Amino acid sequence: MNLAPPAPSTPTATKSDAQKTKTRVANLTHLAQLEAESIHIFREVAASFRNPVMLYSVGKDSSVMLRLAQKAFYPGPLPFPLLHVDTSYKYEEMYAFRDRLAAELGFELVVHRNEKAIGEKANPYDWGTGSCCGALKTQALLDALGAGEYDAAFGGARRDEEKSRAKERIFSFRDRHGRWDPKNQRPELWRLYNTRVKKGETIRVFPLSNWTELDIWHYIYTENIPIVPMYFAREREVVRAGKHLIPVEKFPFRDRIRGERATLKCRFRSLGCSPCTGVIASEADTVPKIIAEMLSVRTSERAGRVMDHDGEASMEDKKRAGYF
Amino acid sequence: MTTAPQTAMTTFLQQEAGKELIRISTAGSVDDGKSTLIGRLLHDTANIHEDTWEQVTRDSATHRGGDQIDFALLTDGLKSEREQGITIDVAYRYFATARRKFILADTPGHEQYTRNMATGASTANIAVVLVDARKGLRPQSKRHAFIASLLGIPHMIVAVNKMDLVDWDEAVFNEICKEFTDYAARLSIKDLRFIPMSALLGDNVVQPSENTPWYQGETLLHMLEHLYVAGDRNLVDLRFPVQYVIRPNQDFRGYAGPVLSGMVRPGGEVRVLPSNQIAYVQKIHSFDGPLEEAFPPMSVTLTLDREVDVSRGDMLVHTHNLPRRANQFEAMCVWMDDMPLDRETRYLLKHTCSEGSVMVSDLRYRLNVESLKRESAESLAVNEIGRLVLHSDREICFDSYEKNRETGHFVLIHPLTHRTVAAGMIINREPEAKLPATMPVTRAAEPRPALRRGGVPVAEKQARAALAPITLWLTGLVGSGKQKVALGLERALFDAGRWVTVLDGKTLRRGLSRELGFTNAGVAENLRRAAETARLFNDTGVTVVAAFVSPLQPLRAQVQQIVGPERFIEVHVDAGLASCEARDEEQLYQGARRGWVTNLAGIDQVYEPPTSPAVHLDMDRLTTREAVQTVLTYLHNLDTEKTP
Repeated sequence: MNLAPPAPSTPTATKSDAQKTKTRVANLTHLAQLEAESIHIFREVAASFRNPVMLYSVGKDSSVMLRLAQKAFYPGPLPFPLLHVDTSYKYEEMYAFRDRLAAELGFELVVHRNEKAIGEKANPYDWGTGSCCGALKTQALLDALGAGEYDAAFGGARRDEEKSRAKERIFSFRDRHGRWDPKNQRPELWRLYNTRVKKGETIRVFPLSNWTELDIWHYIYTENIPIVPMYFAREREVVRAGKHLIPVEKFPFRDRIRGERATLKCRFRSLGCSPCTGVIASEADTVPKIIAEMLSVRTSERAGRVMDHDGEASMEDKKRAGYF
Repeated sequence: MTTAPQTAMTTFLQQEAGKELIRISTAGSVDDGKSTLIGRLLHDTANIHEDTWEQVTRDSATHRGGDQIDFALLTDGLKSEREQGITIDVAYRYFATARRKFILADTPGHEQYTRNMATGASTANIAVVLVDARKGLRPQSKRHAFIASLLGIPHMIVAVNKMDLVDWDEAVFNEICKEFTDYAARLSIKDLRFIPMSALLGDNVVQPSENTPWYQGETLLHMLEHLYVAGDRNLVDLRFPVQYVIRPNQDFRGYAGPVLSGMVRPGGEVRVLPSNQIAYVQKIHSFDGPLEEAFPPMSVTLTLDREVDVSRGDMLVHTHNLPRRANQFEAMCVWMDDMPLDRETRYLLKHTCSEGSVMVSDLRYRLNVESLKRESAESLAVNEIGRLVLHSDREICFDSYEKNRETGHFVLIHPLTHRTVAAGMIINREPEAKLPATMPVTRAAEPRPALRRGGVPVAEKQARAALAPITLWLTGLVGSGKQKVALGLERALFDAGRWVTVLDGKTLRRGLSRELGFTNAGVAENLRRAAETARLFNDTGVTVVAAFVSPLQPLRAQVQQIVGPERFIEVHVDAGLASCEARDEEQLYQGARRGWVTNLAGIDQVYEPPTSPAVHLDMDRLTTREAVQTVLTYLHNLDTEKTP
């Protein structure tokens, strides 16, 4: 039933490519279907909540989420601000990218930092990853949501990322303390989302729930979405720490890690805080090369995030406490 | 400039552009091999990452202590699930093949099964129902098949698993197929298929099996990849609910929303519901430029060629293809909350992009999911399914779920706890106009030849009764006091030596007239049934005190004809509207004033007072006791007149 689309003469994507495939035989490609679902979710939130906000982490998923939000409200502006929870351990390239994009696209950007914990020099070495994340991410996020009196917050999490995320609703209810109760979630049927909250309660909304990592890269390619250059491979000096490759360039705790040093071509697959995010050996320095790499890759994307692997249910524990 | 990754990219894009997104729902318990099947599908289609696989291998040893890989660990994502070895909540899995991308909603078979299965089934194109070949068709598989059919999944694949444990016996497979087909005949399943397989060994999952030479069909994956699903969409009836109005400046007013069904093009004529305004689509806007057409499941933004008043919840449709519009509708509902259905609660209704509130005015029956039998019930508890009559505070635009899966469903939300308490699928109910109620009122006036019923003539039965049976017909507004007078009369007449019974609307509508609504036709039919019932009682020697609003003169004339003029006594229980409304015990007047009760006599329905009732009771001046006495006095005088 699906005719093969005309082969593009050059692999350079233009916006009209997606358009052509959309209108072929009243059939949408899976990517266009995912796009439609996400747009629907954005609009439902804008129509139902008093004061929504979009979590913006500067990563590739945030970049895709931002594009989808633009599409949902086109030709109008985004009817909500973007919130960046800054742990102070992000890379310079990320800060620069964030500020450039905010200026170019003209969206409202709110940055929140847990200054108290940063002042107390929170770090994973002295505090442990659990406490460090708890203070710089979870607590900072909850404080930011409270300060802005936001009743809904978009997040870029996908269900294919991690096991406990596979069980989370698209509209995920959080109690007064921002906590998630996985055994007591609201049933979610069809495209009808329960948007009711009382004062103090919030809903986390995940417009990318049904996207996979490959879908994200495919969309970045076809839509020409700008992303932080850290995703592209280049030579970096790294330390092999167990299974992880930690880049030492600008690494804040250089003297705290032991292991063999090497210089190799590598890239970030997922962007976290500098002390806790590893790189993967890779030759992929363009989006098509990353997709080619994806098609042959055999590890899941959060494998380079140290915090996820502290305990078997590590992500679930963090989510229960209020983490995205 | 064709480099290696670019060639790979071209191939990739070609392949990806042809891929469809397919949603599958599975259900089953720990021991029928569902997790193994899913694990097998993911593993054999190379959709499991190495580190995930390593973790599963490691966890298999920790949790179950064996060397065998526990596929369930791939799907049980929550800590307590792994600790207890059970699946608690719906999990979503993603895998892809060269032809399609799949989203698999995996639901547990035991805890909260109905709620979870319904959730997983609501968006699915294909249901995979597991049957353990050793155990045959068990209640759980039936339950899953039923819910899949209730939620309207068009395609169902029955996976007869663990065939290796029954020595690949064709007879076992055929027996299960037959039993399942017999059961499925009572459901509505458009496309039903069977596969013999072993998920553990992989036979007929991805690779065809050498152990089933007698099976000529396809493997599970082949079916999942090839079942034709595009035709399941409704591309005919345009239903475009307005979800959000985009208004960046004074010159632009775009109506954003999902195309639930049908197609829309620039220039097309549309009608805005509920206001009925007509306009033409000016343009379909998108970030990527204007579109030539829009169809499901796209979410688009339309502008219209003229100024019309449109807001969230309104629906754009083609001018001559209209949905049904009503504030009363019936639906099969799955109750999903620990707090049972409460008829006093005004639930929040979410339907397409509109929100309102509803009261449940009737629970027609509860459906036993195991036996498919209808049971009478006063309420629905968690995981129960029933047929409800709902009254909405406003008119909603809908189609039956059978006709349009997108506009025929809704959810109910509790007004205080805000929990999603029920999911409903609207039933295509026969309009009341087609019920026998529309039979001409004069029908009963035609002479009725006496039927010989049984061996005892009516006259003989009546002779045995100490006093000749009569029907006292109490007519009057809601709240006028008919009920109390009727009960007082029943007591007094019984004490005076009559066999007597009370008939009223509530009694009839609970049983005999349970499918009727409150439209004119529904009311007329209900009264006809009441009259026939009274006649049967009278024929048996029993006196009847009937209390019905019976608002119109012709209706009461019909009743009189049916009962028989010689034993019909009309009593007008007369009270002013204001005092009736003040007594509004069931809050019907309040409901009518707010628009969710319709056809209430005295409000939006006329009440024609009887021109010459046998007895007139002025309830604004009489007490109930005095009213009863007035009727008794009349009867006494009547008897005196008859027996001089």
